Amino acid sequence: MEIPRHWRLKSQRYALVGEVCPHCQVKIFPPRDVCPDCGREARETFQFSGRGEVYSYTTVYEPPAGFEENAPYTVALVKLEEGPLVTAQLTDLDDHGVEIGLPVEMVTRKLRSDGDRGVLVYGYKFRPVLSAN
Amino acid sequence: MTRPDAVYILGVGLTPVGEHWQTSLRSLALQAIQKAMGEVPSLRPGALYVANMLAPALSGQAHLGSLLSDFAGLRGIEAVTVEAAGASGGLALRQAFLALAAGAHDVVLVVGAEKITDQVGPGLDSALMASGDSDYEGAHGLTPTALAALRMRRYLHESGAPADALSGFSRAAHAHAVANPNALFRKEITGEDYRNAPMISEPVNLYDAAPVADGAAALLLARGAAVRGEHPRPVQVLGVGVATSPVALHELRDPLELSAARLSAERAYETAGVTPDAIGFFEPHDTFTIYAALAVEAAGFAARGQGWKMASEGRIALDGPLPMMTFGGSKARGDSGGATGVYQLAEAALQLQRRADGNQVLEPRLGLTQCLGGTGGTAVTTVLAGA
Repeated sequence: MEIPRHWRLKSQRYALVGEVCPHCQVKIFPPRDVCPDCGREARETFQFSGRGEVYSYTTVYEPPAGFEENAPYTVALVKLEEGPLVTAQLTDLDDHGVEIGLPVEMVTRKLRSDGDRGVLVYGYKFRPVLSAN
Repeated sequence: MTRPDAVYILGVGLTPVGEHWQTSLRSLALQAIQKAMGEVPSLRPGALYVANMLAPALSGQAHLGSLLSDFAGLRGIEAVTVEAAGASGGLALRQAFLALAAGAHDVVLVVGAEKITDQVGPGLDSALMASGDSDYEGAHGLTPTALAALRMRRYLHESGAPADALSGFSRAAHAHAVANPNALFRKEITGEDYRNAPMISEPVNLYDAAPVADGAAALLLARGAAVRGEHPRPVQVLGVGVATSPVALHELRDPLELSAARLSAERAYETAGVTPDAIGFFEPHDTFTIYAALAVEAAGFAARGQGWKMASEGRIALDGPLPMMTFGGSKARGDSGGATGVYQLAEAALQLQRRADGNQVLEPRLGLTQCLGGTGGTAVTTVLAGA
């Protein structure tokens, strides 16, 4: 697993840092430097809140290489409250049912490991919003 | 009756789709190439376009243009591999079309070949995930099946369609494959089979997902002015449209629209000078039933959220108003990664050449083929006509 590649992604993976377009104000995740909406340069960083809701979800029973430890796991398209959709695993589900519209919040978890001596890759996952009750 | 500057498919070669453990990638490709070239003995291709997406990852073999041109006895010709994930086949045809239309070559060969079954399970899934966004989808464990499931769940949610709304695509594919000797699965399935099928990645069940296996398909094409000697009935490539959209599902403005498929279809229709109602049959990218439904909408045959009705209302049978997956599609004929786009074109050509035997659509009008890369990041749509 390419260590520099994971290192380059850490502010996205650990802190959900994206961009805001200075021209049309659209919030962008992941960062891409060219605004997908207006096509102009968008390099201003923007810190997402981590809050969103489930747009769609499914459970993976047959994991690809590197994800066996975690299987079965639930993945989702999460609509962040600032606008973008992000792809991520859901976590801390316990007996919590998942449904479209479920409010979720970002947490940092281990995404994968590459054997006993491999890199541990951490990144964002989303859990149902914890309430005070 | 060929027009001198038009582009025609003449020879067609197909291998069965299956687990060809005794056959290497180069040998499988050669089988298809020899069949296609054998149908047009007077014409020798000046270029080879190879459609392949997995050989580097699964066979440790890249540089297939050089490998296969030499192995096929065409040493020295221009040759290149074209890759756009599952759209590689259509894109290889696009390169062939451009070369012929520009007069750079008179005769060319397209071959799609894929060796998938040498590896199974997690290694295969990892290789397939390279068709998506590696940093933002693959890194989170999203397989192609999971991505299709995310779309399917949302589609059923928004359209209000029943849980088995997409079963008609699967049933039609299986029914058509019964007569296809090259198909992987040649058994019909019922609505009951679909409803009782085990879930793979909910809501995608066993009958929503196409099997992947080895296969090779080849086409010999020529400019009209170069057509001579013995050959099957020419099939004109009236138009090819190519379009892209974000590689990641989450970057789409509307995850329930195959925007690249729609754009590529519009471009193909415009070049061909036709509208969707002129199309007589459709070979869509049916690696998952949800893609077949979305393809119907993208190609202009149904409104958004209504594509599933084409299948549930029985309109896609061989004798229906819009036959689809006429040889079984990816679902029953089998999916061979980058080669699938060439299978679609070969099958459409056989229809228009009236050589489809038990799969024949009677009096076929124009044929439409469409292949997608990944979740739709590349789309190639082709309009074909019997000359």
